[in-house]
Parts: sequence; structure tokens; C-alpha cells
Amino acid sequence: MLEILSFEFMQNAIVAGLLVSIASGIIGSLIVVNRMVFLAGGIAHTSYGGIGLAVYFGLPIFLGASLFAVGAAILMAAVTLNQRDKTDTFIGLIWAVGMAVGIVFVDMTPGYNVDLMSYLFGSILAVSNADIWYMSALLVVIVAIVTIFYRQILAVSYDSEYAKLRGVDVRFFYTLILVMSALTVVIAIKIVGLILVIALLTIPVYIGEKLSSSLATMMAMSGILSTIFTFLGLFLSYSYDITSGASIILVSALSLLLFLVLNNTMRKIFNTVKKIKK
Amino acid sequence: MSVIDIRGLSFAYDEQLVLENINLTVKQQDFLAIIGPNGGGKSTLLQTILGMHEIKKGNIKIFGQDISKNLAKIGYVPQNTNINTNFPIKVIEVVLMGHIQEYEKNPTDKNWLKRYFHIGYDKDEISCAKRALRQVGMERFAYQKIGTLSGGQRQRVMIARALCSMPSVLLLDEPTASIDTDGQKQIYELLKKLNKTITIIVVSHDISVIVGYASKVAHINKTLNYHDISQAARPNIDGEHFCEVEMLQLLSSKHQKGCEC
Repeated sequence: MLEILSFEFMQNAIVAGLLVSIASGIIGSLIVVNRMVFLAGGIAHTSYGGIGLAVYFGLPIFLGASLFAVGAAILMAAVTLNQRDKTDTFIGLIWAVGMAVGIVFVDMTPGYNVDLMSYLFGSILAVSNADIWYMSALLVVIVAIVTIFYRQILAVSYDSEYAKLRGVDVRFFYTLILVMSALTVVIAIKIVGLILVIALLTIPVYIGEKLSSSLATMMAMSGILSTIFTFLGLFLSYSYDITSGASIILVSALSLLLFLVLNNTMRKIFNTVKKIKK
Repeated sequence: MSVIDIRGLSFAYDEQLVLENINLTVKQQDFLAIIGPNGGGKSTLLQTILGMHEIKKGNIKIFGQDISKNLAKIGYVPQNTNINTNFPIKVIEVVLMGHIQEYEKNPTDKNWLKRYFHIGYDKDEISCAKRALRQVGMERFAYQKIGTLSGGQRQRVMIARALCSMPSVLLLDEPTASIDTDGQKQIYELLKKLNKTITIIVVSHDISVIVGYASKVAHINKTLNYHDISQAARPNIDGEHFCEVEMLQLLSSKHQKGCEC
């Protein structure tokens, strides 16, 4: 079994899995506490437009997708800050339009038949060295921003009205969170694909939230859980020859189920013990 | 010097006039209750004092200066403290949010990181937050998750957060809206205690309770009617309830012409 680790593509897959898991633990936590899961989902799908443009103009895929996703994030931030009640309409709109743009540009690209499936469901085994560098750089930037502005980000996420009164630039930090989400979504697409990315950003985070009493521990916990699920999913995908993205998500979902059952049972036992003591 | 001085303030959302020609002076150590019907403009007035709305007509002075210069002297407790109760945050972190505007680069700091950034929490800030929690009697909950507290306890944490920046005036928007009767009384007793050193302004629906504690009452329904009840016969606030009839009597003893309340 261990001989698979000697392949470069497998080493890259493991490093990429680790980098993306940590990033999605941090950013997923922010997405969940700010209730922007579907905003992130919208951005994920929109970024396919960027993939199409990149293919058409012969740009690096990550560059095209990142620029497009960041553009969508800034647009969404502006709309949701000004017209909160229109948020879901706008998510639906940008979600579909972005994908349509991507499909049309891929169609128009002569002689190049891009594998749509690899973007929809991820291709962790096709991670290049350049991808690894990009992911590492992004993770460093995210960790730096979240560390330096932890208090502001926490205040904006917990109580934006109060943060505003205390002189925190809520619009800036809200947009910053969305832009970081967009960039994380783009690297996560490589691992699980743009359809499944929401699950990677929410399942480990959901468990992490239950186990944490502060945002920072939630981020760390989610990152660790996400790493475990990704490695386990990757291992199963290799062993049974199934799509890696789907296998990672199913491992996460089954773990969540197990966690909920255990959590409930523990609580029941705890309550019974309490009653007996009384 | 008056703490807050409002002169000829009018405010409209789009075309609809919400506040009309408001004049109000709040003096040091006043306990002012702002009452009035829903949509009467209570919260709007509070938000305007806090600088959340642009003033088009009239002016507001805080300690004789513009609002923006003195925001730090105002502590604010927002209306709905039941939002985000599942948020993974400890009580002390919520209180520490009160310090956030002091986030400034300190060019004299020896630690180079601190010269440019304000990462983590200082010892001073933590002891200050604990002092604020002690003031509201919540110190022993400092490291609990905010979601494990009751509504009344959470409200006290929010008051501690406002006290954290050592304000001279405390503004509270419906502080007892979703709290049981016992909790309400505790909050008002706490405010009474704080009132010895801090000016307090409370917006409330809960007329009967607030009048038992307030020294001044402003009734707002687009226009403002002011009552000084500090000399009026006090209702028995230890009693179960101070009924609205008594309240009306109390207010009418100082009633002026043209008052609709």
C-alpha cells in the first residue's frame, strides 16, 4: 500500500489535500458563522466562467478562475451589503450566468475539449507543482490576514452593527471575507470540484463548531477534521477506484452522521447520570 | 455641561418624517427613559445620537462637540442580543469587543509586531474586560460560551461590553425586551447602580418598569415631550408591578399642554 506514496502525483495530492483542508477549515468557519454558505456555493459555480475564459484565452486555469471568482465575490458583497433582501435572487442569478459563460467559452475554444467533469468533481490526482505553490501562497496569505485582523473579523462576524459603531470598517471586512472565500473555493475546486465544494466548506466546520467555544479553535478543529476526511477519502478513492472528490465528501458526511449519533448518545448518558446523582 | 444636547433635530427616511423638531438636553447622571409607540421614532433617535444616520436638519452635540469626536464616550447596548447565540465565542471575547476602537498602531511599542498591528489581547484589556464583567456580576462566566447563558445574563454581558470602554453615558435599546420579569428587575437594579457614575439613556416599551427607575422621561411620537419626574412622587418599585394607570397619574402631575402621551 505504501508504495503509492512514491508516485509524485500521489505526493502532490497529499500536500494539496493538506493545504486545501487547512484553508477550508479557516475560511469554512468564517463562511458558516457569517451564514454565507450559499454565497460561497454561488461563487464556486460562477468561477466556472473564469475557467472557460482561461481556456479560451490560453491563461492558467487558476488565474482565470481566481480573477473571475474574486470579481463575483466583490459584486456579491456590494449587492448583499446594499440589498440584503435580494441576496438569494442574486446568488441564483450569478450562479447560473457564471456557469453559462464558462460553457460558452469552452465551446468556442477551437480543438480543445476541456474535461468538464474534472472541474465539477475535482481532480486531486492531477495537481501540478505550480498548483501546490499557488495553494501554499494563498494559505500563507489567509493565515496572515486572519491572524492580524482576527478581532475585526470576529467583531464583524458576531455583531456587525456594534462593530460598525466601534469604528470597524464593516464593508471592507465583509468584502475581505468573501474574497478570501472565493480564492479558497477556487483551490478547493481542484480537490473536490465546484459542485461538492460546499460540503467541504461546511461538514467539517459543522462538527468543529459543536466542539469549539471560540472562533479560533473552530477554525483549527475544522482544519484538522477536514484533513482527516480528505486523506481517508483519498485512500478509499485509490483503493476502490472511485472519484476522489465524491469519496472525500461521503467520508465527511458519514463522519458527521457518526458524530451526531455519538453526540446524542453521550448527551443522553450524561443526562441520565445527572438524574441518578440527584 | 450637558452630556447630550439636541437642537431642532428632524429626520426622515425617504419622504416619511420620523422625527420632527426634537429638542433634548441630557445632563450628567440623568436616568432618561425614552418611551413611545412602535414606529414613533425611539430607536431612530438613539441611532441618530450614535451617528448612524446623517443629520440633515438640526444638530446633536455630545459634550459640546460633534458626535464623531466623542463616540468613545458613549457605550451602546443594542436591541437584539439573541442573535447568533450559537456563535462559538466566549463571554470575555464579546466583552473585549468593546475595546476594538482602540485598535491603533503604537509607534513606541518595543515589540515590532505591535508597532504595526494589534494581534491578540493585551493583559490590560483582559483585566479591564474582567472588571467590566465584575461590575455586572458576570465574572465567573468569563470563559463560557455565550450561547450557554440565559437572555438576562447575555444582556448583562452586553452591558459589560459597553462598559469596557469606560463610557460617560450608556445607551440601551430595549434592554429587557426578551427577558423574564426577574431578569428585568436585575437589569434595572444594575442600571440604577451604574447610574451613580454614568448617565443612562434607555429606550423601552416597558413603560411601567422604566418609570420606576428613571428620573427623566421623554415620550417620542414624531415629536418629543419631556418630563422631569425626579421630584415626582415615587411609585413603590419594590412592589410586584407598577401599573400604567399609576404611571399616567405620575406623568400627568407634571403634564404640559399639548402632550399626547
